[in-house]
Order: sequence, then C-alpha cells, then structure tokens
Amino acid sequence: MLIYNYMVVDELTDEAVDDLFHALADATRRDILRRSVREEPSVSRLAASYPMSFAAVQKHVAVLERAGLVTKERRGRERIVRSDHEAVRRARRVLDQLETAWRGRVDRMSDLLEEIADPEDPTTGGRDT
Amino acid sequence: MTVTSVDKDFDDLTLTLIADFDAPVERVWDLWADPRKLERWWGPPTHPATFERHDLSPGGGVSYYMTGPDGERYGGWWQVTSADPPKSLEFTDGFANDDGTPNPEMPTTVVTMQLTEHDGGTRMELRSVFDSREQMDQLDEMGMEEGLKQAVGQMDALLAA
Repeated sequence: MLIYNYMVVDELTDEAVDDLFHALADATRRDILRRSVREEPSVSRLAASYPMSFAAVQKHVAVLERAGLVTKERRGRERIVRSDHEAVRRARRVLDQLETAWRGRVDRMSDLLEEIADPEDPTTGGRDT
Repeated sequence: MTVTSVDKDFDDLTLTLIADFDAPVERVWDLWADPRKLERWWGPPTHPATFERHDLSPGGGVSYYMTGPDGERYGGWWQVTSADPPKSLEFTDGFANDDGTPNPEMPTTVVTMQLTEHDGGTRMELRSVFDSREQMDQLDEMGMEEGLKQAVGQMDALLAA
C-alpha cells in the first residue's frame, strides 16, 4: 500500500534534485529547454543551431531527459524534443515516491537484521525479544 | 549502502530495486514471513503497520493497517499469487475499506520479490508494477490532494499560532 508516501514523502529524492540542478547549470541546456517548451525542435535542428557536434547536443538532451525536463519522441525520421508532458511527469512523480518508500523499507530491514543478528549462530536470527 | 540499484521504467510503470543484505537468505525471508518483524519495517516510523492476517502461502492473504500520528488508520491487503520460501514471493498489494475488505475502486500494484545468495549475503530483487496508467494517475491525484490537505493543515497551524 502506498498511501502513506503521499503523507510522509512529497519531496523529490536528493538524486532527482541533483539531476535537476545539474541539468539547469548549463547555458546550452537552458536554451534547449526554452526552445523545447516553445517549438518542439528536432535533435538535428537543435544540433544545427549550436557550435558543437550532433553527439554533444544529443548528450545535452539526454541530461535534460534524465532530469525529467524533456522527452524525446520519434516523429517520422526525426527525434522531436518536447518539454516533459503531464503523463511523464506523473509517472516520474509516482515512481519516485515508490522508490523513496522502498529505500526507507530496505534501510529498516537492514537495521532490523543487524539488531536481531545472533553472533553465536548467524543462520538462526529471530532473537529479537 | 544497501540499495545497489534502482531502475524506473516510466513506460511500463515499473520500479525495480536491488538491495544487498549482510545476512543469509533465510533471515531476510524471515523479515517477510514473520508478521511481528514485517511490522517493524513495512510502514515508516510515523505510520507503523499492524498485520492482522498473515498467510504467505499461494492463494493466501494478508491484511493490515497503518496508524498515523493522530491515530488515523489506513487499511491494506495483499493477495499472494505465488510463494516459494525462502526464495520468492509475489503478491498484489491494494487498499482496504475500514472493515478490512479490499476496496476495488482503489489502485493495486503487483509486487515480485526474489532472494538469492550473493557474495556471502543476500540479494533482494524487488519489482513493483502499477496495473494501469489510469490507476497510477488516480494515485497521483490522491497524492496531490493529500499534499494540498497537508499544506492547508500547516497554514491552519500557522494562523492559529
């Protein structure tokens, strides 16, 4: 059950925040983002407008993509870059919350295993009372 | 570092998490199989879980509730679809009504959990899949609603101060 995630955790994970700040810390990426919001450019059109290689522009787009700011969509022979639409944002938000919940659970499992460890016989466990 | 990797598939609405524990497989399985131990990690410290029914055999079921800081209760259930102690478990996880019966209008996720021996310890691979995008959207809306309620509650507290 997930409902408590929404009461306890409604923040981005540290990792997600790092990705976001990293993505926005570069002038070219900020420009790509602005253009994606306005005009949905193709990767090749973007590549033509910056003094850098196609691969370098692709890399910038990938960083924006990882931060959840844009998505790439195949349209004919072109790859269109769009600012993150609602569906992707939602999927990301819910899965991020699920991830946070499970990370908390794994931490608690790990603590519990340590607490109930029996140094005499490591296979028995369960001596937690 | 216990969590080794996390993979989120936004198209298939799947979370895959791999965690490594410094304990034998049987002991990690026991954290799932013993309801008193499960209670100590399933819910976060602010919302501890209480398991009332706990049968991990295939076709079996689990019912539980989590208690919030103000005593409010949130019910949940698992329907166990397959179990192979101490190696694997698969169940559907859903919301329950106040009387503990499954609430069919609420979203469910399918959880698959596998334990394998790894480097002298145990590797847990966990997959959690939303059964449809509609249901995930529903959860998200609830989350936002809850967030809004929380924010309003905080405003009330500030205004009262």
